[in-house]
Amino acid sequence: MATNTLASSPPVRSRGLSDLAIRNLFIIPTIVFLIVFNIFPLIYSLGYSFTDFRASVNEPVKFVGLENYRTLLSDEFIWRNFTITAKYVLISVTGQVVVGFGVAMLLNRPIPYKGLLTTLLLLPMMLSMAVVGLFWKLLYDPSFGIINYAFGLGTFEWLSDPNVALYAIALADIWMWAPFVMLLSLAGLSAVPKHLYEAAAIDRASPIYTFFRITLPLVAPILMIAIIFRTMEAFKTFDIAYILASQPTTEVISIRLYKMAFQEWQTGLSCAFAYIVLIMVLAITNIYVKYLNKVKER
Amino acid sequence: MAAVRTRGEVLRNRLSIVALLVVTFLMLAPILWITATAFKPRSLATTVPPTVLFEPEVSSFVKLMVKRSQLREPATPEQMEAAPWWERLVLEGGEKVVRSGKGEVQLSGYPSRFMNSLIVATISTLLAVSMGTITAYGFSRFRVKGEQDWLFFILSTRMLPPVVVAIPMFLMYRAVGLNDTHIGLIILYTAFNLSFSVWLMKGFIDEIPKEYEDAALVDGYTRMQAFFKIVLPEAATGIAATAVFCFITAWNEYAFALIMTNRRAQTAPPFIPSQIGSGLPDWTVIAAGTVLFLLPVAIFTFLLRNHLLRGMSFGAIRK
Repeated sequence: MATNTLASSPPVRSRGLSDLAIRNLFIIPTIVFLIVFNIFPLIYSLGYSFTDFRASVNEPVKFVGLENYRTLLSDEFIWRNFTITAKYVLISVTGQVVVGFGVAMLLNRPIPYKGLLTTLLLLPMMLSMAVVGLFWKLLYDPSFGIINYAFGLGTFEWLSDPNVALYAIALADIWMWAPFVMLLSLAGLSAVPKHLYEAAAIDRASPIYTFFRITLPLVAPILMIAIIFRTMEAFKTFDIAYILASQPTTEVISIRLYKMAFQEWQTGLSCAFAYIVLIMVLAITNIYVKYLNKVKER
Repeated sequence: MAAVRTRGEVLRNRLSIVALLVVTFLMLAPILWITATAFKPRSLATTVPPTVLFEPEVSSFVKLMVKRSQLREPATPEQMEAAPWWERLVLEGGEKVVRSGKGEVQLSGYPSRFMNSLIVATISTLLAVSMGTITAYGFSRFRVKGEQDWLFFILSTRMLPPVVVAIPMFLMYRAVGLNDTHIGLIILYTAFNLSFSVWLMKGFIDEIPKEYEDAALVDGYTRMQAFFKIVLPEAATGIAATAVFCFITAWNEYAFALIMTNRRAQTAPPFIPSQIGSGLPDWTVIAAGTVLFLLPVAIFTFLLRNHLLRGMSFGAIRK
């Protein structure tokens, strides 16, 4: 470490650009770029959220104050969209954790071709959500779909039955993202020190006891990261739900927002709605980053 | 270590391997099914019950690429004789290839969407990775006031729901004429991937010992030279992995593309589902388009396999 402190203050500093100049040159363009293309638009839409602006017509824009926010928060249909989203997040994240963690437990042992098997299992999460939605439509088809045929379900209506459609979307989402939970759980599981299991075996601890007292607590932080990240993503779900079904019972927040902004052209109102969603997402992001840093420190 | 394995343990191990194989098959089945559909003749794609065994053919891929129109009557033997092999596949399906006045084959909407995806994903990846790398270096090597806050700010831009950002971007793009242009989409994807690239690259650069550069500085390199000649080569693997991740994200993106483009700059993800549209969709053609679109990602996943964990956790978990 002593050499380190010496070397980090090299004698000559006059050649080329100064460190300060380089730092600014390297960092500032990115910050400016992100402000211009991410933050500025949001400020722009904050302004519109207080108006009755409609992008489809050429009428003078009227300032309406907090009216949009009041309308949204007292609109029972919007609350239904939130409820649907919450239900969707719950089903799909729970499914992903159960399947993903389960498969990770199975994989966490010496097996031939483990690397290949893992990569194959991870394939679904790398695919395009829109295209996945599209081909699950083929799989779910009541008459010629392979799912009904393989599981002997007759002509079960996966997507056109309003009571089932949300579960069907969640199932496709679980298929796609359980591998993500698996990947992170696997990292957590492989980091559990082997000697703990040996000690448990010497003490003749039951497998259930070992799981709840050793495995789960040690994997929990990483599993938590996976859960928060998937919650955040499921909360934002758009592609897969939009393509798979168009039931009122599957209208998650993003879809409602999309329709409000680009089909009904209630631009001002949708800007206000977007802000409500934005604040919720930032809150979850904050929790996520706290956890990331916590795990990083270990 | 665990040299003594009880019979129960061996049995449990075997059972879990069997369970794993079943799970792997179930996970891959949807992908296998869509791939199989792409190689089916149209008559077998939507049979009840579904056809599992069939003679594979490539006619759907030909149909995917060219503009077609329905034939009134089945093609005559002379027509069949005169047509090249690939055109014959279209004729057999009861359709003909649409040609321009000069007799040139007209392409369907697919090839241009595929090219758009390629252009937009490639350019935005190059931009995001180059900017991300230097910014990551800046954060990794120099003292930045409120570093954690800046990094959180950078990450938070990535976490925003696409539709939320798309509303104001749509209005702004409309005002400056960037709607339905490649540049417009490239800017959006660069912004989207930039934060990811900064986070991931910071992890990779943090791992390169500072001493390498310090030694170079003592040897008379400038900081810039040290960055280009020492740090960049050391970070090459990380840069490649980050680039592949950014490419896949841009390649797969749907919501922005749906909202911001409609023809000229439309990418494949909004185009492929739109083919279902009205009437009876030809699932073999849709499947062919899907398979071609997913193929690059599948290849990249194999190339990336050792970096997946890191990439998916924004560089937080390294193994």
